[in-house]
Amino acid sequence: MFTATRLNRRSYRTQSLAKAVFFLMTVALVIPVLIIVGTLVVKGGPAISWEFLFTAPRDNMTAGGILPALVGTIWLVVVALLASVPVGVAAALYLSEYAPDNLLTRTINLAIINLAGVPSIVHALFGVGAFVYFFNMQQSILAAGLTLAIMTLPVVIVATRESLQAVPHAFREACWNMGATRWQTIRKVVLPNSISGILTGVILEVSRTAGETAPIMFTGAAAFLAFLPESVFDQTMAMSYHLYYTATQATDVPEQLTFGVALVLIAIVLAMNATSIGFRVYLRGLKKW
Amino acid sequence: MAWYVDRAARILVFIGGISAIVFIVGIFVFVTKEGLDFVIGPLNLGEFFTSIAWRPTSNNPTYGALALIVGTASVTGFAMLLSVPLSLGAALFIAEFATGKTRETLKILVEMLAAIPSVVWGFVGMSIMNPLIIQIFDVPVGLTVLNAGLILGLMAAPIMTTIAEDALKAVPDTYREAAEALGATRWEVIVKVVIPASKNGLLAAVLLGVGRGFGETMAVLMASGHAINLPTSPFDSVRALTATIAAELGDTVQGGNHYGSLFALGILLFVVTFVINLTADIVVRGIRKK
Repeated sequence: MFTATRLNRRSYRTQSLAKAVFFLMTVALVIPVLIIVGTLVVKGGPAISWEFLFTAPRDNMTAGGILPALVGTIWLVVVALLASVPVGVAAALYLSEYAPDNLLTRTINLAIINLAGVPSIVHALFGVGAFVYFFNMQQSILAAGLTLAIMTLPVVIVATRESLQAVPHAFREACWNMGATRWQTIRKVVLPNSISGILTGVILEVSRTAGETAPIMFTGAAAFLAFLPESVFDQTMAMSYHLYYTATQATDVPEQLTFGVALVLIAIVLAMNATSIGFRVYLRGLKKW
Repeated sequence: MAWYVDRAARILVFIGGISAIVFIVGIFVFVTKEGLDFVIGPLNLGEFFTSIAWRPTSNNPTYGALALIVGTASVTGFAMLLSVPLSLGAALFIAEFATGKTRETLKILVEMLAAIPSVVWGFVGMSIMNPLIIQIFDVPVGLTVLNAGLILGLMAAPIMTTIAEDALKAVPDTYREAAEALGATRWEVIVKVVIPASKNGLLAAVLLGVGRGFGETMAVLMASGHAINLPTSPFDSVRALTATIAAELGDTVQGGNHYGSLFALGILLFVVTFVINLTADIVVRGIRKK
């Protein structure tokens, strides 16, 4: 019969202790999310009203709503997506379907890691030097949107590559054996089977783009505009910059209003993120192979 | 016909493929181009790295970045003290202990933590942490190394947790089974087998976390107090490299010395993050080769 020796009992105790400590560490990391969201809801919730969402700021930002900032964020996200999704999907297709394992491919992968790792303020400097001055776009939605597009490109590439690689290789071989070219295989077999995974990545990119501040501060975001942007060559207000401005630059802004701005911003970002996660979980359930 | 389409698609896709290289080179070229006149002209490298006098707008401007470098280093260092143990602990729990629903929930919460925009973190630092720190520690200002470090620690944690968890999962289950068959407890398996086998991946995770903290802009700008200062305690305000660019670029004229000096800071940031990312990549490649 097995009886636990003292050594057995001691190593079992160590294991339980380790498990408990690691669990507490994990909880310590995730609790702040709940506290932050909770505080924003409690303090910013009362500020939310139809008037808040659908009118422009008044009286030096101390009253009124956030409509121009909301609309501006939508403009920026759309421009950034239009620029980065085609390029990102093409890059992922190359890496997943064409690229041989050589120095060039390794360099591309390193470039993607670095694109994601370069500080956002350096992306901003690039946007100023390249788009605002060199390509003479001035401070505009276009310049800011393109800066955001380059910054969030790795999100699209990584998500797309993963969903492309999840399509079993046998699908491609079956198609090639029918005499299809590589591109026909991609269009008729690989893309249709991975489109929903790509969409998950795009939604995640929307969430990232909407929250970024530093890259747009000097490339197209304005503190206050009384009118809505009419073309991509206009400057625009944006939710993230509006939060920075009302929290640090503007004076006598009621606390509730700033909390309201933060709440709307985080609601947009987390809603997009949750959609992306939910979509992914749903897709995993659907998988046919 | 199909052949031509295939050819064209191949070329287009290849262009997309190398775009990442084009962009990263473009970033380096443009940031260097705007900063070059200043770096080879008025910049005194000795002063840049040893003086704490960052006075680009005074009549007799000086460009000492030491306080900014120390500011960034102190905040990032403080953040790592908090973030490295918590992230590695969380990764171990999620990868080795948690199962089923608990595991999924924790992973989603970590992802949510990563999704919070940096400007919101900065706002949290100003409006929630600041009064809290003043109250708890009875200090005059709460926008300090402590505040920015805590926030940065939480911001860098998700990337470290995710990558560390990937590294732990990459250790084959057969290793664990072999150790368990010899009578090892889960804890012994982790300490004697899993951690040694994944230590390169864990190191890469920490490096990428450091890079993340080093380059963070908005949160540090809003929560660190933005005062040029060599900190002597966590309750001192500091100013970071990134935050300096964000706060001052709007007041500069293109081509001027102040403008150039901020791009010089940008070159420094780019080079340091590039080296960190490259090192992390080499460290990870090390395990694959073995």
